[in-house]
Amino acid sequence: MSANFDSHSIGIVTPQVARFDDPLMLACGRELPNYELTYETYGELNHDNSNAVLICHALSGHHHAAGYHSEEDRKPGWWNECIGPGKPIDTNQFFVVSANNIGGCHGSTGPTAINPATGKAWGPDFPSLRARDWVNSQARLADRLGIDCWAAVIGGSLGGMQAMRWSLEYPDRLKHCIVIAAAMKLSAQNLAFNELARQAIVSDPAFEDGNYIYKGAVPGQGLALARMVGHITYLSDEAMANKFGRELRSGSFEMGDEDNIEFQVQSYLRHQGSQFSGNFDANTYILMTRALDYFDLAREYQHDPVKAFSNANCSFFVASFSTDWRFAPARSREIVNALIAADRPVTYTEIEADEGHDAFLMPIPRYLEAFSAYMKRVGES
Amino acid sequence: MRLDLTHIQRWIAPGSRVLDLGCADGEFLQTLRDQRQVRGTGIEIDQADINSAIGRGLNIIEQDMDKGLANFPDQSFDTVVLAHALQAVHYPDRVLEEMLRIGRQGIVTFPNFGHWRCRLFLGARGRMPVSSFMPHTWYNTPNIHFCTVHDFEALCSERGIRILARDVVGNTEREPMLANAWPNLFATTAIYHITR
Repeated sequence: MSANFDSHSIGIVTPQVARFDDPLMLACGRELPNYELTYETYGELNHDNSNAVLICHALSGHHHAAGYHSEEDRKPGWWNECIGPGKPIDTNQFFVVSANNIGGCHGSTGPTAINPATGKAWGPDFPSLRARDWVNSQARLADRLGIDCWAAVIGGSLGGMQAMRWSLEYPDRLKHCIVIAAAMKLSAQNLAFNELARQAIVSDPAFEDGNYIYKGAVPGQGLALARMVGHITYLSDEAMANKFGRELRSGSFEMGDEDNIEFQVQSYLRHQGSQFSGNFDANTYILMTRALDYFDLAREYQHDPVKAFSNANCSFFVASFSTDWRFAPARSREIVNALIAADRPVTYTEIEADEGHDAFLMPIPRYLEAFSAYMKRVGES
Repeated sequence: MRLDLTHIQRWIAPGSRVLDLGCADGEFLQTLRDQRQVRGTGIEIDQADINSAIGRGLNIIEQDMDKGLANFPDQSFDTVVLAHALQAVHYPDRVLEEMLRIGRQGIVTFPNFGHWRCRLFLGARGRMPVSSFMPHTWYNTPNIHFCTVHDFEALCSERGIRILARDVVGNTEREPMLANAWPNLFATTAIYHITR
């Protein structure tokens, strides 16, 4: 194990692929003839298969939630702060399963995969998806792994919404549902940000209605812009002030100096944007933001979240962050209030944190402490 | 466990549903769960307390009762407990009304400001009492609405709240007898079992 792996890291991990040849009926009415899920597991499944937890990733996330893929990896998985030995999701205790959602672009079947009907990549013709499609596809993975009932289904942001969908679609297949920085549906402001991101992509001339994929092109400019918009909404005013303030990266305001002035925050955003555009598929981004837009937990329960949650059988842990304005604490309180009214066991905490929506990924002591304390309960039940 | 909490357990039926307003680290709810199979929920605002209560495996909601309790449905609990928190809320009367909307019965405990030591302190020194039991100075105390046994009973009668039982905790071994006879003078903690 190389020096940069601390004692709380799970070290090197290797993704696996599960292939499913039975067609998957999707919420949109179309069928996925077959699909693959790329996933990682951490920790050991116990003798009665009762210690498995499922991680649901956020909008641009993937299966690589913790550990490193190689000794040379500079960065660990996206939720490495919360998954590992001695961490809230303790791999000494739990068998952790983390899968890339279908529609994704990190290995699971999505727009970049081959459509068996045409022999070409699905591209823009990939069926539109809802969170329940992810849940259904993952239920088959659970079957495959011999997991009848998850000790917990856990997710932040869009992943938290997916975890809630699990609790309604398969109420007897999870004991705990952990919902962090999420909402029962997006607000109009949130829908607007997603539309802005999609418009940035579709108006990139290289996008060509999603057919860029057949021409070896990448709508990089559009993707980068979309990511920049997203990134601003994931941070709080405080977080940006602390991280960048008005620091300059280049140039100066000296009299007589006409050099180009660049603020640190500009260069940071551009770096984030260009990194992302090199790693993410544009059709996937459009697909995923739409799935996020369409999510409405209680739609089929006469728009009554209390009625919706009455179908759940598990206990809930809900957490929010004080400066998160994309999925504000008020949205989490709506979840909690519906659970209270539905007489479901629920624990709720609102963490003081400057980091905005991204706080759910950060090592904030009080957050990790509350999360660990709840996971201890998950382990005991 | 604090004496008032030991006293009120007998009013809580085994297997019933209890909401504890200001549940601190959840010790009381845990005792109720482990010894009386109570289904409990606590609300609390102190972050360290919340984490301790989560660690006890309790259902805890981070919520400030000064901002209301409207999210709890009518008659959704058997008992609502407000232990040593009445004096710390902005609108004690509203909290009492809410307790009896949410629960069939309520249990309230509070430090009795009519205790003879408080009176003596205030009477003799002319300053707000500070003691081991009420250790805060007037300007940095969480206790903003002190009342006496008589004050509380007057409020209940004004609001049509029925007092099912009263219990008291005295200062010393000898005082419980005195406290039962003259609660407004000798009770350090007053304990009420109330309903509509």
